Amino acid sequence: MKNTYSKFAVSLAVGAGLALGASAANAETPKSGGVLEFVVPGKAPSYDGHIETTYAMVHRVRPFYSLLIRVNPDNPSDPSDFVCDLCDGSVPEPTEGGTKYTFKLLPGVKFHDGTDLTSEDVKATYDKIIFPPEGVASARKSFFKAVESVTAPDESTVIFKLKFPTGSFIPALATPFNFVYSKDDLDAHGYTWHKSNINGSGAYKFVQHQKGAFLEGVKNPDYHHAGKPYLDGFKAITSAKMALSIQAIRGNRAAAEFRGFPPKARDDLVKALGKKITVQESDWNCVLLATPNHKIKPFDDTRVRQALTLGLDRWSGSKYLSRIAIVKTVGGVVFPSHGLAATKEELVKLKGYGTDIKAARAEANALLKEAGVPGLEFTLHNRGVDQPYKVVGTWMIDQWKKTGMEVKQQVNPTPVFYDVLRKKKTFDVSLDFNCQSVINPIADITKFLGSAGNNYGSYEDKVLEDSYNKILQSGDVAEQRRLIREYETRALSDEARMMISLWWYKINPHRSYMKGWKIAPSHYLNQHLDNVWLDL
Amino acid sequence: MIKYLIKRLILLLPTLLGAAVLVFFLLRLVPGDVCEIRLAGTGLYADPAEIALCRKDLGLDQHIFVQFLDFIWGYATFDLGKSMWTGAPITHEIGLRFHLSLQVAIMATTVAVLIAIPFGIISAVKQNTWIDYVVRGFSIAGIAMPSFWLGILIILGLLIGTQEILGEPWMPPIEFKPIWEDPVWNISQLIWPAVATGYRYSAVATRMTRSALLEVLREDYVRTARAKGLLEKVIINRHALKNALLPVVTIISIEFAFLMGGLVVTEQVFNLNGLGRLFVESVGAQDFNMTQQLVMLVVLIFVLTNFFVDILYAWLDPRIRYS
Repeated sequence: MKNTYSKFAVSLAVGAGLALGASAANAETPKSGGVLEFVVPGKAPSYDGHIETTYAMVHRVRPFYSLLIRVNPDNPSDPSDFVCDLCDGSVPEPTEGGTKYTFKLLPGVKFHDGTDLTSEDVKATYDKIIFPPEGVASARKSFFKAVESVTAPDESTVIFKLKFPTGSFIPALATPFNFVYSKDDLDAHGYTWHKSNINGSGAYKFVQHQKGAFLEGVKNPDYHHAGKPYLDGFKAITSAKMALSIQAIRGNRAAAEFRGFPPKARDDLVKALGKKITVQESDWNCVLLATPNHKIKPFDDTRVRQALTLGLDRWSGSKYLSRIAIVKTVGGVVFPSHGLAATKEELVKLKGYGTDIKAARAEANALLKEAGVPGLEFTLHNRGVDQPYKVVGTWMIDQWKKTGMEVKQQVNPTPVFYDVLRKKKTFDVSLDFNCQSVINPIADITKFLGSAGNNYGSYEDKVLEDSYNKILQSGDVAEQRRLIREYETRALSDEARMMISLWWYKINPHRSYMKGWKIAPSHYLNQHLDNVWLDL
Repeated sequence: MIKYLIKRLILLLPTLLGAAVLVFFLLRLVPGDVCEIRLAGTGLYADPAEIALCRKDLGLDQHIFVQFLDFIWGYATFDLGKSMWTGAPITHEIGLRFHLSLQVAIMATTVAVLIAIPFGIISAVKQNTWIDYVVRGFSIAGIAMPSFWLGILIILGLLIGTQEILGEPWMPPIEFKPIWEDPVWNISQLIWPAVATGYRYSAVATRMTRSALLEVLREDYVRTARAKGLLEKVIINRHALKNALLPVVTIISIEFAFLMGGLVVTEQVFNLNGLGRLFVESVGAQDFNMTQQLVMLVVLIFVLTNFFVDILYAWLDPRIRYS
């Protein structure tokens, strides 16, 4: 009984935190001063946003840099709300049939070394990202395939000319890795200088980095957003383990961890600290998928793949798995909170998304019999990461066993896992991952294309490719939505190329004295910290 | 003796070379590499051309024997290379963490010796009494209990205990400050891992002290000393203990060497930025350069520790002659 009461109390506290957290932050007047200490799991290979892909770099380094545009820090949960960071006014509408974007820059912006930030710096930055010289790495070059040129006609104007109109350009521009570098730095020190040096125009200036221990930043008094930042500085402390991060918040060695914790950690912290903890929660733009290897029999058979997806009871999985893992929301190919995502009514029409699991499993068994593999036996290849890989993998195996299949799990450490997934391709069915920063459905759904570089199913599906091309060329949102449903039905149901599990769910319990930070649907977003303040 | 020492020093070279060959080639048997992990380890798409470029930058595209020669040549030129993950010089990365690991090792050894020697002596002298049983129970518990688990219990105990008593949970600091910068901070962070590891370490040493002392106490010369009417205190301290310490010194030195690079899990539990954690991170990131150099460092520490133990033997037992 006591346990039930505690759970009830925890739920109440979380609910209250969720309900009051955001509105309270809006209502209160920010205070200046103080140093925010937070923990970051994982190491950042370098400081160069243009080549790195990990949130461990973003959480540490993003506060030192500005972007041309960014996700609205006051409304980060809206996947289509972008605002200017270095540009002046609001994000410009395209001209010339959607192929030209003209950005006017804020006047008087300075880099931390005191030099002026001009359109030449923005141009040099995007030239490095989009058109890197031979031998220069750029992790997000492919995001900007539509860009034909970047020009800087005068000191305060930057023009992006596109080859064709696309709705994926603005979200790509707001990607939090697109740090604006100084042209002088690039010219004087070369393209690798930013790996180990920082000269940005962000809210904080670099102080020191003790590798493996912490990184420190101090307030930039010349920051271009008036009155910000509120903090005197921040310290990002490297934390070796999630358990330690949780304890660090409990023991007040850190105010927050911005990636996210499982539900149990949230409940424990709320139970231990009560009102001293505020919980923010959000759908998360990451999802685990089971990818059958189409080159291995019987996974070349559509009926077998459909049986796999039919065996998963996603709706009850959402209810129960969300109590122990960082997954929750049932969804299709598009991030569930986005306007282009399927509604529940649309989802239940897909194989494996129905609410009658008995009927679905009976259908799965019939399909397996028809395909000549009743009681299908196979191995699920998985990654040796607890949250949520091993939890979701174990759940899937249980689901498939309930459908009469015999499934073993092979868990590999990360390097071996990716070697098998990407190179050897010797798996039967493997868990795979799709996780993006800025929600950009048109770009994000390429994962399901057999031709995509990050698709490891080894299949070709011309119908799906054609369907995607129609989406890409469509300028009308309603039409895009309809086309995405066709694409989704083909990818997840008719051909069952991949089996989406559950979309991740981000839970950020943090010390209540940390104010101003709002959860975004990605652990990469809203980490500039210019709106964060401490109520001590 | 000097001739013996020179011979031992020369023998270090083939030992280190053998270790270098093993670590270099074994590491490369593991599938995947640092570029895959760095550019695509988060599950994002990585352009194969970008991965190839990264490999070229790190020299991973060269023939494996060329890479090996580079690795060995580094020792000749005192250049340990750069971390493939961070790009920072390995000497810098190791240097940052070495003093923390050394301090924990020294503190844990101190804790262990302070517990093991007196407890081992009492246990041997009071053999088969309740005191002996308590000490044996205490030491067996130490051997059975992994130090990382004890570490977790310590942290949880501190959090819960301080919340109960002070109203606000307290835990040890999670970032390191050298002892000369902030001694209170430093000790309040490192004392807990030192106790957690020192306890297990002391348990082994206590058992060894007890059994070695019991053996020595049964020797003829001890019986002779007793027959001469010497005080038991003098017999133990002056005649028995010194001889009984030989195996204890061996155990302590091996454990000390182990602590320098082997506190893999305990360092993670207490968020210590030491060599053990660096080891885990570099293996996880497939940072071959860093892993190789860390293995070589641990090998060197073990070899040198053994070397010094041999010298210590001669001091403890003058009957030992090296030729």
